[in-house]
Amino acid sequence: MKEYLYKYILGIADNSLILGQRLGELCGHGPSLEIDIACTNISLDLFGQSRSYYQYAATIKGGNTTEDDIAFLRKEREYLNLLLVEQPNRNFAHTMARQFLFDHFHLLLLKELEKSTDFTLSAIAKKSIKEVSYHARFSSDWIKRLGNGTAISHDKIQIAIDSLWTYTDELFHQTEADKTMVSEGIGVDVTKFKEIYLQKVSDIITEATLKTPETTWFQKGGKQGVHTEHLGYLLSDLQYMQRTYPNMEW
Amino acid sequence: MKKNWPLWEVFVRSKNGLEHRHSGSLHAADAEMALENARDVYTRRNEGVSIWVVASNNITASNPENNGELFEPAQDKVYRHPTFYELPDDVKHM
Repeated sequence: MKEYLYKYILGIADNSLILGQRLGELCGHGPSLEIDIACTNISLDLFGQSRSYYQYAATIKGGNTTEDDIAFLRKEREYLNLLLVEQPNRNFAHTMARQFLFDHFHLLLLKELEKSTDFTLSAIAKKSIKEVSYHARFSSDWIKRLGNGTAISHDKIQIAIDSLWTYTDELFHQTEADKTMVSEGIGVDVTKFKEIYLQKVSDIITEATLKTPETTWFQKGGKQGVHTEHLGYLLSDLQYMQRTYPNMEW
Repeated sequence: MKKNWPLWEVFVRSKNGLEHRHSGSLHAADAEMALENARDVYTRRNEGVSIWVVASNNITASNPENNGELFEPAQDKVYRHPTFYELPDDVKHM
């Protein structure tokens, strides 16, 4: 039971950590100064959220476990984030499409998590909702801008959405930990808002004069710790300092 | 980016009751983007409760070359400052 709660928290927290790291890669490399700051702001929001979750997870794990141990010292297979969030930036269209597809899921998840019987999770969700509402607004605006922009921006954002769509079904998969936590009233039943998500996302895609992909073949595995080849590289950046200088503190 | 987006001036009100103050400028494709960019660039350390953005080319500015005729005549007219009144002690914040 404790083990399931621990895994459940990581399943949510790791999304924020890994996506935060991905966006952080753009620090100093954004397409313009303003967008650079916007992306790193979102990154910091996500890191802040993951810290709250990891602090809570550390108390559940007990012993001398710290939030840093959980964030920095797990092996690749022990990260339980969705495959979607670990996908590389490639170009700005990919970065925005990934953000857009995650944000709307994230917002629906948090709105349900706020109702959790677990007080800490409910409090973290409540605080995060405001941040994520802005993320969803920002990324949705960019989908519409790029879709309605030039022929090149239209093509690029369509390609990005098409190539990331294969990771969207996993958002609604449930692990053993998920199911157990749902039955305890702690976790969120993600299957409940799949239709709402698809409707919301495809409405915005349509508004952007783009096409919602019709793929029926989907990737999965992140929630079980089986990742795409991209996560290992990301982790080697993320974990570098703790691995090279063990126990170093800021 | 070969061509820059147009420039916008950003005004932030730090608290209700205070006026909007000029914070700086930024580039954005349109007003909506300017507002979002302003939020991220100028209010990320909790500086504001309200933002105005104005396209910089809508601002008519005085020409520094005319500073002499515009501003210098006011310099020697100290009587325009309300400094010749005796203020009662009870009056604060003047």
